Amino acid sequence: MVEADAGRWVVTAREEVLARLRAARDAGAPRGGVPPTPREYRRSGTLAPGSVEVVGRLTETLTDYKATVYRVADEDDVSAAVARVLEDAGATTFVAPPGLPARWLGEVTARVRPDEPPLSVARLDEVDAVVTGAAVAIADTGTFVLDASAPDQGRRAISLVPDHHVCVIRAADVVSSVPEALARLDPSHPLTFVSGPSATSDIELDRVEGVHGPRRLDVVLVGPM
Amino acid sequence: MTSTDLGMPTVAPDDVGFLRGTESFPVAAHRALADTQLRRNLGHATRTIRGKRARVVAEVPDWEELRRAGEAIKADTMARLPELLEQLEEAVTARGGVVHWARDAGEANAIVASLVREAGADEVVKVKSIATQEIGLNEALAEQGITATETDLAELIVQLSDDRPSHFLVPAIHRNRSEIRDIFLRALPGVDPDLTDEPRRLAMAARAHLRRKFLSARVGISGANFAAADTGTISVVESEGNGRMCLTLPDTLITVMGVEKVVPRWSDMEVFLQLLPRSSTAERMNPYTSTWSGVTPGDGPQAFHLVLLDNGRSNVLADEQGRAALHCIRCSACLNVCPVYERAGGHAYGSVYPGPIGAVLSPQLTGISGPDDPNASLPYASSLCGACFDACPVRIDIPNLLVQQRAASIASHRTPTAQDVAMRTVAAAMVSPARFRAAERVLGLGRFAGRSGRIRFLPYPGSQWTSARDMPTPPPETFRQWWKRTRGAGS
Repeated sequence: MVEADAGRWVVTAREEVLARLRAARDAGAPRGGVPPTPREYRRSGTLAPGSVEVVGRLTETLTDYKATVYRVADEDDVSAAVARVLEDAGATTFVAPPGLPARWLGEVTARVRPDEPPLSVARLDEVDAVVTGAAVAIADTGTFVLDASAPDQGRRAISLVPDHHVCVIRAADVVSSVPEALARLDPSHPLTFVSGPSATSDIELDRVEGVHGPRRLDVVLVGPM
Repeated sequence: MTSTDLGMPTVAPDDVGFLRGTESFPVAAHRALADTQLRRNLGHATRTIRGKRARVVAEVPDWEELRRAGEAIKADTMARLPELLEQLEEAVTARGGVVHWARDAGEANAIVASLVREAGADEVVKVKSIATQEIGLNEALAEQGITATETDLAELIVQLSDDRPSHFLVPAIHRNRSEIRDIFLRALPGVDPDLTDEPRRLAMAARAHLRRKFLSARVGISGANFAAADTGTISVVESEGNGRMCLTLPDTLITVMGVEKVVPRWSDMEVFLQLLPRSSTAERMNPYTSTWSGVTPGDGPQAFHLVLLDNGRSNVLADEQGRAALHCIRCSACLNVCPVYERAGGHAYGSVYPGPIGAVLSPQLTGISGPDDPNASLPYASSLCGACFDACPVRIDIPNLLVQQRAASIASHRTPTAQDVAMRTVAAAMVSPARFRAAERVLGLGRFAGRSGRIRFLPYPGSQWTSARDMPTPPPETFRQWWKRTRGAGS
């Protein structure tokens, strides 16, 4: 894009940067071209998705990173587990995304603050906890992923501002490896990969849990044990 | 600008930003080495992380295959960088983001400052970003009356103590816990005067200080770890949740990204999300990774600006071998394993890119202006031991690049320096066995030895060697003389 400006030619930054990069791309082109990317790494995990083994491994890796894991056999048991973790933490209020299954909350005594209409940041800061589902979980790394466009996970702010996050993960959503998880995710949605409560390694490169994100992370894992 | 330089690969300008120190590496390292506290802090931190990294890497049976894939994806990216950037621009724009292009640091700073003003803000919260340190963004914003608050714990420590970062991952790695407590007590408004040096208490003090800023921030500024060209998805990898705060709560998000951070496909993240956390914090996965594409109605910032930065990168790309330095994913594994970095620390390198990768990236970004350019000394800040290559998750052959940059450094000399003279002398002596024999006979260096049996000073041009290191006294008899006398019979 070249524009006339007061009688002289002005080139936009975009055109100039691209022109420089094109010249550099050719000047530094590897003789013999670039070989195709070898993809010999494992693209599927060692443990079958949803299996008892993969859920067991996820329990270990989540626990390693200071999340507390509660195992329940089926969805009917979720609400008792959620009620217990909220009670243990002394939480009296919690926020829930609009599409959180009602059966997960049946026995919960803490008061729910639905995020519908969306709560202000100041209100979110007043609630004690948040309860969400998850899109997928990765057993190798102790990670679960929140998809902000999924109705049971909700917009990003609700799982960030409250200091206690309770995440319900179904066994069917547990995979072994990172590549399997990415294949299940939609990159056009805002995604948050969570591995344990917030932490820092900034003081002497030692990990300390609990900084700006939720300092307490409880996971309710639903599936055969 | 003249018409002749249009479209030519260009080095980063010297007047803005932090890609070049004010003194050579040996001079700066001399001072750093005398700081025993610094050496203790660095030794402790790098030892801790090296052990942890080795353990989590050993857990991954296909680590080498992942490294090779990472290397190849980056090489492919460089081979079609302009096309991928145009694709990224199209994808981000289609999802409601606005893409800006910046030739250099000054232009990037001006773009960000005007975006902040347009948003009606005079305060911004920042996620740690080396690209914005490189361009001196905080200083440029301050000149415009805009206050930038660093929210990463280590960056906050650096900012509060008016210091400079010394490591990619942990910019305050040169500080220990009690120094950090003292900085907080001195500079953190409203801090508990009974604050101890327990890391947990220090982290809580930072949380209390920053929380209100996060909850009321209108503009967030970030860097980017990766940007997928096919989907326009940007990723920020972090630990504390300060990144999530800055990326989620403000109305406006401005991301400043070096052009080399683009990757061809979203699916390439399956490689880098395995390589990066284990190489940097030595975790199976870092606590938080955020990814987003443009603007999502009803969620997060409703205005998103992506600033694509050249600032010397085109100059690096133009070199067939040197462009591998652009593959760097800023994990800092090469810093943690480097015997030179461990002792000298990050400040000695002058540039915001320290350590082995910095020693090859900085001089390529700025170019080397001559023998007195501080960046000309960086490629020598290495024993070429090769530990950096072994640790690099994308297999950058840093030792090879160091040698290449040494050649570039020498090529910049308009008149021979003392070191050039010394090296030419050695080269001349080593050309033939007869010359080497003659040189050995006249060496007689023993007369310079001190009582320690080491040579601490040699006359010019040998002084160029002994100014930085001692030299062991040569034995009275060389190997060749001994062999001639005994034919090995004395062994």
